[in-house]
Amino acid sequence: MFVELNNLLNTTPDRAEQGKLTLLCDAKTDGSFLVHHFLSFYLKANCKVCFVALIQSFSHYSIVGQKLGVSLTMARERGQLVFLEGLKSAVDVVFQAQKEPHPLQFLREANAGNLKPLFEFVREALKPIDSGEARWTYPVLLVDDLSVLLSLGMGAVAVLDFIHYCRATVCWELKGNVVVLVHDSGDAEDEENDILLNGLSHQSHLILRAEGLATGFCRDVHGQLRILWRRPSQPTVHRDQSFTYQYKIQDKSVSFFAKGMSPAVL
Amino acid sequence: ELPAPLLDDKCKKEFDEDVYNHKTPESNIKMKIAWRYQLLPKMEIGPVSSSRFGHYYDASKRMPQELIEASNWHGFFLPEKISSTLKVEPCSLTPGYTKLLQFIQNIIYEEGFDGSNPQKKQRNILRIGIQNLGSPLWGDDICCAENGGNSHSLTKFLYVLRGLLRTSLSACIITMPTHLIQNKAIIARVTTLSDIVVGLESFIGSERETNPLYKDYHGLIHIRQIPRLNNLICDESDVKDLAFKLKRKLFTIEAEVQKGVSTATFLLDGPRKKLFPCLFQLLEVACIPWLMASSSVFKASNIGESLCYQLSGFFSASLLHF
Repeated sequence: MFVELNNLLNTTPDRAEQGKLTLLCDAKTDGSFLVHHFLSFYLKANCKVCFVALIQSFSHYSIVGQKLGVSLTMARERGQLVFLEGLKSAVDVVFQAQKEPHPLQFLREANAGNLKPLFEFVREALKPIDSGEARWTYPVLLVDDLSVLLSLGMGAVAVLDFIHYCRATVCWELKGNVVVLVHDSGDAEDEENDILLNGLSHQSHLILRAEGLATGFCRDVHGQLRILWRRPSQPTVHRDQSFTYQYKIQDKSVSFFAKGMSPAVL
Repeated sequence: ELPAPLLDDKCKKEFDEDVYNHKTPESNIKMKIAWRYQLLPKMEIGPVSSSRFGHYYDASKRMPQELIEASNWHGFFLPEKISSTLKVEPCSLTPGYTKLLQFIQNIIYEEGFDGSNPQKKQRNILRIGIQNLGSPLWGDDICCAENGGNSHSLTKFLYVLRGLLRTSLSACIITMPTHLIQNKAIIARVTTLSDIVVGLESFIGSERETNPLYKDYHGLIHIRQIPRLNNLICDESDVKDLAFKLKRKLFTIEAEVQKGVSTATFLLDGPRKKLFPCLFQLLEVACIPWLMASSSVFKASNIGESLCYQLSGFFSASLLHF
């Protein structure tokens, strides 16, 4: 996890809020560093994590995780991490008939139905174990990334339904958190993606939006991060709070600074 | 003279749509305007002077038939396969894509690139080239209609292909005629599903052809995406404005399009002026430190009027450690 980002979000693994939906979004840049942050953050918070990793392999997250101080392999072995490797599973599903329902079985179907099997997988992964003491603090669902589901033939409504069910179970019933990444396709006129992004924006408690700089590439400032706190259940009570910072990604960390205050500039 | 051939141990695969059984190179290049490679780098026989770098090949020479026969390669010509009874699992992809995936998966499994049968010889990478993906020749209609019936076929194909590449020792290069695809959303999705994306934009037929700034060049090269694999950061080059020029024996890429920078000058001083004699060298230097293949082979076989090029072992859409 990135300590500076924790400071900006006013949170630590010990005292993070529960029952929240966090939306990660990237526009004209790569926002995957946020996914790595939250993965390591919640593993350090001793949460039970279900990671639906659709776009990269396990080894990719594992190698980056080691730079951030978590071992995904060990987390998986001790049962803290349930990892769905989408790419590998897709190959299994497409080339072999599966005996049991598979979370990605919609890949075999001509008409994209719904994501119910995927939801069942998540629910099964995060359900509390009855035996004895609770090993983990609270459950967390992490998805990287939801836009891929649209590329695989799912409609935006089906994906929104899936998140709705996940929120009901993970956030409300199990008092856990859900973190999802959606790309902002910008002017690519991707209607389905826009529907998904807007729908999730309204439901989220926290939105982290990584944007490329409007002026183009810069070696010292890789982009800017907009942080938006929302209170979806109390729209009239609090005004949404929004902050913008610029950031630079390094080998093992990300540094944040106020706009125009990059160390390279000062 | 041929450049040092690396075909003996390499397993290569091509996908042809033409009748000719030539080897065609593919790169994850989105061609803005239909443009065949006409790369003509020159073969360097003697010692290379230190001021030159890049790969030098004689594109006018054909590859000897014995070499082709001695190499282990597999071709996929869709019209031949479409009526065959290759086992195909039901899927919502177009039949062409389904058969192609099955074909690739068969080779990966049978030749042990997925680690299922430990390869007896030294480990190799399966190099895959796919030409004109998305075009009607593959049975896809995204080039014909804005919202066709198969709008998800291509992206689904790419996703499963990505899965195959991530779970095997293989690399894949694809060309795609994006100037024909009317649906911008598909192009954005294809970009997200790829690791490296390079665009070639020719000046032919565009207003840039008469722009005096570009008078020495034939087109622009856009590095649209570089992967961050196994890493938070990526090795992004500072150089963003790249133009290429094509002469009879030289394909050059230059940065900072400006007057006075000639092709014969290799400016290695200063970070902002870099000359890349070869498109693929550019990417090798700037983008792909984790590539396992030891070198790139650049060959051409002269077939009629068009020159086609093959590239082996250069672009890697993915690599998996296992």
